[in-house]
This record gives sequence, C-alpha cells and structure tokens, in this order.
Amino acid sequence: MNFKLKDIGPQLMTVIAVVLVFGFFTYNAQVNMENRGIDFGYGFLSQESSFDVQFSLIEYDGSHSYFRAYLVGLLNTILVSVIGIFFATILGVIVGIARLSPNYLINKFAAFYVEFFRNIPLLLQIFFWYFAALRALPLPQDAEAMFGVAFLTIKGLFVPAFIWQNFNIFLYSIVAAIIAIIVIRYQAKKLQETQGKQTPVLLISIGLILILPLISFLIGGVRLSFEVPVLKQLATTSFIYEGGVSLPPELIALALSLSLYTATFIAECVRAGIQGIGKGQKEAAASIGLTPNQVLKLVVMPQALRIIIPPTTNQYLNLTKNSSLAAAIAYPDLVLVFAGTALMQTGKAIEIVSITMFTYLSLSIAISLFMNWYNNKIAIQEK
Amino acid sequence: MSKINFLKPDKSNLNTFLYLGSFLFFVSVLDVLLNSFFSLNLTGFLPGFLSYFLPMILGFIGLYFIRIELSGIKQLDLINKHINTNNFNAILSLLIIFIILKSIPPILSWFFIDASFAGDTKDVCTGTGACWTYIKVWIRRFMYGMYPNGEQWRINLSFIALALLGSVGYFATDKFKKYLTLYYVVIYPFIAFLFIFFFISGGPVFFDFSYGIIAAILSIIIGFFIPSKFKFYYFLIVPFALYILLKYFIFYEELIELGKLDGLNWVETGAWGGLSLTFIISFFCLIFCFPIGMAFALGRRSGFPLIRYISIGFIEFWRGVPLITVLFMSAVMFPMFLPADFFIDKLVRCIIAISLFEAAYVAEVIRGGLQALPRGQYEAAKSLGMGYWRMHIFVILPQALKLVIPGIANTFLALVKDTPLIFVVGLLEIVGMLNLAKTNPEWLGFAMEGYVFAAIIFWIICYAMSKYSYNLEQKYKTDR
Repeated sequence: MNFKLKDIGPQLMTVIAVVLVFGFFTYNAQVNMENRGIDFGYGFLSQESSFDVQFSLIEYDGSHSYFRAYLVGLLNTILVSVIGIFFATILGVIVGIARLSPNYLINKFAAFYVEFFRNIPLLLQIFFWYFAALRALPLPQDAEAMFGVAFLTIKGLFVPAFIWQNFNIFLYSIVAAIIAIIVIRYQAKKLQETQGKQTPVLLISIGLILILPLISFLIGGVRLSFEVPVLKQLATTSFIYEGGVSLPPELIALALSLSLYTATFIAECVRAGIQGIGKGQKEAAASIGLTPNQVLKLVVMPQALRIIIPPTTNQYLNLTKNSSLAAAIAYPDLVLVFAGTALMQTGKAIEIVSITMFTYLSLSIAISLFMNWYNNKIAIQEK
Repeated sequence: MSKINFLKPDKSNLNTFLYLGSFLFFVSVLDVLLNSFFSLNLTGFLPGFLSYFLPMILGFIGLYFIRIELSGIKQLDLINKHINTNNFNAILSLLIIFIILKSIPPILSWFFIDASFAGDTKDVCTGTGACWTYIKVWIRRFMYGMYPNGEQWRINLSFIALALLGSVGYFATDKFKKYLTLYYVVIYPFIAFLFIFFFISGGPVFFDFSYGIIAAILSIIIGFFIPSKFKFYYFLIVPFALYILLKYFIFYEELIELGKLDGLNWVETGAWGGLSLTFIISFFCLIFCFPIGMAFALGRRSGFPLIRYISIGFIEFWRGVPLITVLFMSAVMFPMFLPADFFIDKLVRCIIAISLFEAAYVAEVIRGGLQALPRGQYEAAKSLGMGYWRMHIFVILPQALKLVIPGIANTFLALVKDTPLIFVVGLLEIVGMLNLAKTNPEWLGFAMEGYVFAAIIFWIICYAMSKYSYNLEQKYKTDR
C-alpha cells in the first residue's frame, strides 16, 4: 500500500471537521437535556396521545397512541399528495400540450396560466384559496346540489359514499383484469417482434377492465348503492350534512392549490419533452410509411416519455414535500399532527423532528432510487 | 349566382362565404360582449338552453365558412393559420374568446370601478368591489412589519444605499472590472451585513459602524498614493489599523462627552417584518447558499471517496426534507444542540436553515453544469500544468456556471417564493403580516384584497427575476 499524504490529508481534515461538529452538537444536546430533565427515547410512541384529530382516514381518537397519531398524519399527507398528483398530472399534460398548439389563442392562454401560477408563492396560493376564495362558498343550508347528490359548502364538500357488498369479489375481478392485460401485452409484443403482427392491445385492455368487473356484478353477487348526504339541523342557525363522505375545506384548498401550482411545472416538463424530439424523427418515421397515429405511438411518445418522466417524478416529490404547508391552514397532515400537536404535548423535540424528517427523507430516497433504476432501464443503449 | 356548396367553402365563392362567415362570427362575439358588459341578452326570446349555446353555434359556423385556404386575403389567411386551422381549434378559440369577454367585466369592476380608494376607515368600503383603503391603511405594516414608524427611514436608506452599491458593476470602468467579482463576492455582502446589522438593527454599536466607514473611506483615499506593489498588503492592514485607532484612541471619548450622538434605537429582529424582511432573508440566503452549494458540488465530484460520500449525504439529506421541517428544526431542535448560554437570534437561525437547504439544490444544479462540460476541458487545463483549484477557478467553473444560469435562477426564484414559510418560527414577512392584519377586529373580511396585493408584488418580483435570468443566459451564451 502506498499512502500519500496528499490524498489522505484533505479527507482526514474533512472527516475530523464533521466528527467535531457532530460531537459538539451531541455533547451540547446531552448537557441541555440533563439540565432540563428530559430523557431521550422513543418510548412515548406507545403512550396515550389524548388529543383529537379533525379529519382521519383510520379510526382515531384521544385514547389511541402517539404512533397511531403519526399514522393518521402520514395517511393524510399521502391522501392530499395523491389527489394533488392526480389532478396536477391531468392539468399539466393538457396545458403542456396546449403550449405547443399552433393555435395562437390557446398557446397564449396556456402560457399565461403557467407564468401566472408559477410566480406566486405556493403558501400565498393556499391562503388565498382557503381564507378568501372558499370563504365565499354558501352555507350548508343555502348550498345547491351538484348533479343532485354532491354539496359544495363553506364547511366542505359532501359527496355520496359508496356502499359495497362483496367488495372483495369486485377487487379480485379488477386484479384478474390487470393480470390478463399484462399477459396480453407481453404476448402482443412477442407476436410483433417475431411475426410482425399488430394486435389492438388498447381495445382489448379497455374491454377487459370493463367486462370483468361487470361480470362480477352480474354473477358474483356484488352490489353497489349510494348514501347521499342529507341536511341536518344542529341548532337554529347551524346546519351540517350527514351521511356520505365529507371532505374538509382544508383538504380542498390544499389539493387545489398544490395541483394548480405543480401543474405549471409539469406542463413545462411535458413541453420540453415533446419539443426535445427532433423533427427528423417524425419525418423519418413518416417516410417509412407509418401513419400519423403510429408515428405518435411508436416513435414520438416513447422518446418523449424518456425526457418527461424523470423531471415529472421530481415534481411529484416536490408536491409531496410541499403538502407539508398544510400546517399553515390546519389540515391535519404529518407536520401538523406529529411535529405540531404531538411535539407540543410531549416536548420531545429531537425525537419527533427526527422522525418527521426521516419519514420524508425515506420517501424521497425511495422515489429517487426508483428513478435511478428506471433511468438506467430506459436509457438509450449506445453501442 | 351559381349554386353554393354549403358543405365545402372554397375560393370560387370567396366573397359570399367571407361575408356570411364574418357576419355570423361577429354576431356571436357581439352577443357575448353585450351580454357581459351591458347585461343585455340579445337571444333572450329563445329557450334558455338554446340561448346559452347560440353564440357558440353561430361562431362555429362562421369560422367554418371563413376557413378558406389560400384565399389571397392576407388578414384572413393569418386568422385561419393562427386560430382556425380545423373544427377543434375553432371551438377552442371561440371558448377562449368567450371566457376572456366574460371575465373582463367582473374583474375590472372588482379591481377598479366598484373599488374604494379614498378615506382611511373601514366605513368607506361599502361597494361590492375591492377595498384598497385597507391596503392603504396597512401599507406600512405590510412593508416594514412591526418596525416603529419613526425609524422606517433607516430601512429605506439602507435599501437605497445597497441598491446603489449593488449597481456599481454597471458603471465600473475597464480598469476596475477585474475586481468586480471580489467586490460582489466578499466586499458587497460584508457592507450589506454591516448595514443590516448596525443600521437597521440599530443600537449603540452604530458608532463602530461609522468608524468602519470612516476608516474605509480614509484608507481608500490614501490608497491611491500607495505604489501598486504594496497595495495588497496595504489594504490588508491599514483599514483595520485605522479602525482600531479611531475606535480606541481618537473619537470615542469625545463623542461620549458630547453626549449628542447616542446612536440609533435598538429594534429587535422580532419586530422586523413585511416585504423588507422578505428582501433581507432572500438577499442573505442567496449570498450564502451559492458558495456552500458550489463547495458541495465540487465535493460530490471529488476524487476522494470520503469527501464525496459526505457531500452526497449532505445534499440528499436537505433535498429529501420539506423546508417547513427544516425551519421547525431550526426553531425547536437547533437550540438544544448549542451550549446553554449560547443564543443565536431567530432570524439568523432562519437564514442559516434556508441557506443550507437551498445550497443543496444549488449544488445539484452546479453539478449538472460540471457534468455537462466535455472531458477535454479538464484534460487541457491539466496539460497546462494547472492544479485542482487553479483548473476549477479559471477553466471549469466559469464555463460550468454559464451553462447553469437558468437552473440557478430557478433555485433563487424558489428561494424567494419559500421565504413566506418563516411564519413557522414566528417571523412575519408580507404574507404573515397579511394573516395578522386579516384577524384585526376592525378590519375583518378583507382577506381577498390582501392576498391579491401580495400576489401582485410577488408576481412582479419573480417574473422580473425570470426575465432577467433569461437575458443573462442570452448574454453569456457562448458557442462551443
């Protein structure tokens, strides 16, 4: 072994510096906690939390543990992120394509949307929707029904609930449909590679995903009914809807602003992706006799998706992290429930903040690892 | 007149189709226009459903009629090419025209026509429009936070002075151009810090500040007469010597005796706020996050494995967590990590936290630029006998940074847009002040005005920044 001081020196110095800083912090933390009589540990997670959360996907009240409160917060974060991602993707793709439209008006309209929503802080948008726009909604007793069943009021959105019988059979039928589609896709690809035959995979897939669940309704004994929310009087001037599913206004404001804001970034990703495909690609595909549909399906989209997907995933991640702004309007997400209320009650600053950060960190590291794997998989193999 | 084939407009009956189509299109637009601006319903005699969709149908038929290829009329071809290429586009164009026509009157009336501007109490706001009086009354709070009214000239003066000092680069002659980087990276931030700390913060320390300025001016004046050979050492030593001389030997006693100059009032950082705080935080985070980010970008591409892993860990950690938890950490967790008698101001903790957070993003952007440089640049620099630092400072970084101007600008934009989050630690910049003002019992119910006002301000700042970065990108674009 041939160690050189030139190689070892800088590394050693960096490591010593890092260790010193961390040691300093840990030492101080120990001293401070001893002085204040706090002991370090994660045992509090199993204690009774004794605070209530307004909106929860799982059963929860004050008698459950802190860990359960953590789960409630995490699930609420995931819920708002999923809703936000869903709408942001739809809106973003539409706006991104509209940005490339030859139609002057559509093009400028999309550009206006992007420039407008991108340059206003997200927190301000959340406040705007929650404190200004949604406050203009009618009271429950004055609300008009949308499609006769849903009510958008100042106290939230009330929609009918699904009541299932034999829900598991329905679920199995969907899983079966998905498996069948995967198998058919695989076979179709093989068929095309070996014999050059094209199969209408999309039509078959749509058919399968519609027909199999339908069969489960007809012969599997699956029943579906709706529970429509009904207005109920609590006091002389206080009304509320009962039954059905109620979405609190915090959730609506948060999901709305998150999707409007993130859609602008997704739109830019989509635009960049489609613009990144050279004209020559389309012309070459057309010159070997592909129809415009085939050009889009076989040549443009696979290449464009390669450019679009990585930055878009990044935006999904940003959306998930931005959903922590929920704390500002009291939507009970991970930060508000756990790093807010639970921290106030227990005073375990280091443990709780570290758990919260670790949760977000593992979420984003998982996604970025997946992205790295995906990037390597779809990267063009240069010979 | 020959028989007209209504199904296919073509050039042979150009005028007929043109007049008919334009007429229909005009009628449809006029209908919506009158409807939205004067609330007249031209088609009111029709059943409700038809009356609602009639403009759409008429406009669509009109656009279909005037869709004639190569008509020979320049304007018509232009319209056809831009908004009327096929049926689908025609419908979308009509929709957008109608949406714009429909939304202009309510927006206009809310913003201007029905809005109240005069007076300084809530009573004047009786109309249905916006109440800009609210903004007018609260403007000092929105701009300066809880900073005492009488002292606000200090903030104004500091910002004007810093803006003037910042624009030095535009007026510098060629002789001084080479010092500009040094000026902007080291001297200017230092001056800015002095201004913020001693001038906006105030207090008896103001004396030190004035000594520093006197010392700096004196030493620069003397500096012109020093031979250039010794200039470096001169500026290294003399300003500080002068400063100490002034402080401890000459002026101090006399000023105390004079007793007149008892300095500025101390304004604690908790009282700072509003838009000025947004600027202060953005400014310092911007200055700090850039060098830190650059260091970690180089670290991540370093040949030493330990340094590389530490850099990766740092970058991925900050990029993986939301800013709000970082601020939480700076508020509740960070004090635990410091010695008990050691206190760091809330604002400073905030600035450190945001800087570290944004530095990770800057690092990734710069790494992108470093990776995009061809290996030939590194090899060429090495073959000239340059070492690591020399190679990076003179060859690699200038090129890499040029490449990543848009990315850096986006990060800085994100930074400015993230500043409202400091409400977590109890600092109130403009959005925080709005939330405070909105809960004031005398001014309830004007949330909308406040948020629109802040949105306009932020929009102007961010839009200007993105346009400026675009210009910068075009200016420094070099062909390779």
